[in-house]
Amino acid sequence: MLCFPGALTQRRLGQVTLRELPDWLVLKSPRRPRDAIDMVQRGWQWYYRRYIDVKKGGVGGVAMLLAGYCVLSYVWTYPHLKRDRWRKYH
Amino acid sequence: MSFNILQTCARLHYAFCAYLPSHVCPLLVTANALKSSGPLGAGLVQASRSLQTSSQSLAPVPPLPEKGGKTRHGIIPEELFQFLYPKTGVTGPYMLGTGLLVYMLSKEIYVINHETFVAASIGGVFIYAVKKFGPQVAAFADKLNEEKVAKAQEVKDLAMTSLTQAIEEEKKEQWRVEGRSMLFDAKRNNVAMILETNYRERLHMVTNEVKRRLDYQIALQDLHRRMEQEHMVNWVEKSVIGQHHTSKESIAKCITDLKALAKATQAKATV
Repeated sequence: MLCFPGALTQRRLGQVTLRELPDWLVLKSPRRPRDAIDMVQRGWQWYYRRYIDVKKGGVGGVAMLLAGYCVLSYVWTYPHLKRDRWRKYH
Repeated sequence: MSFNILQTCARLHYAFCAYLPSHVCPLLVTANALKSSGPLGAGLVQASRSLQTSSQSLAPVPPLPEKGGKTRHGIIPEELFQFLYPKTGVTGPYMLGTGLLVYMLSKEIYVINHETFVAASIGGVFIYAVKKFGPQVAAFADKLNEEKVAKAQEVKDLAMTSLTQAIEEEKKEQWRVEGRSMLFDAKRNNVAMILETNYRERLHMVTNEVKRRLDYQIALQDLHRRMEQEHMVNWVEKSVIGQHHTSKESIAKCITDLKALAKATQAKATV
């Protein structure tokens, strides 16, 4: 068993055990809208620096964004796409 | 048939995604986003660059990483494969993907309709275009980057050479300053020489003037004496000639008398 550092607040997702997961999620959830914006900003910065802002990037950086966009829009339109289903019972 | 706003927007999103145009535009977007700041993160690049306004803004910016995070087949990050490797080996993630796909198809979470074929064809064209033109676009973008870097490097090199030249010239000037004392010595010597020359000139002038005045006085005295002498000689001659001497003895007597007189006056003068 690996011992993970310190308090629950300072751990990243990969270091949280399943037992502590709900508490960790509650701890990390944004309290004010400002926090949510900060989280989104930090996430984008991380993604941008890792996949796009490099000297020799690949197609992955933008392709992953497009794939995520496709998936997200599919999820949003699912209630309408339900009508095109072929079977009656699932 | 109640479409709310969200569903309409989402429908448009999905339609846009499904009808993603397959001509050059998205590839350029891809290339630009890959190599430069890109339209996707353009506004937010400024946010990332705002770090330079912090207290360490004068330090050189760290260089960009050479390669980004690895992805397999373009859209799946390599981390997933690494994560599943210890437990499921190499084929784990592929089995996971197949299982998920089959599950979604069978439960009709993913519905097959006309848009499936549209998406499939667009996806196929996109993949073909990336595979075929990817390297060329990458080389082109690399060339653009290199040109930018070369230009900046040129400016930097120019600045460096001019600055080193300025440093050398400054050092030379400092070396020249050391000779300043010699320069002042030479100037001081010059001034002393001029003063000396002047002094001597004036000395000469004084001597000459004094000599001239003294010569004048001497000449005056000579003139006096000569005139007295001549006058005396003329008077003696005139008086002797006026006496009408008849014989040689009287003339000889006159001459001896005159000589004795001269001797007497000379003796009186020396006394």
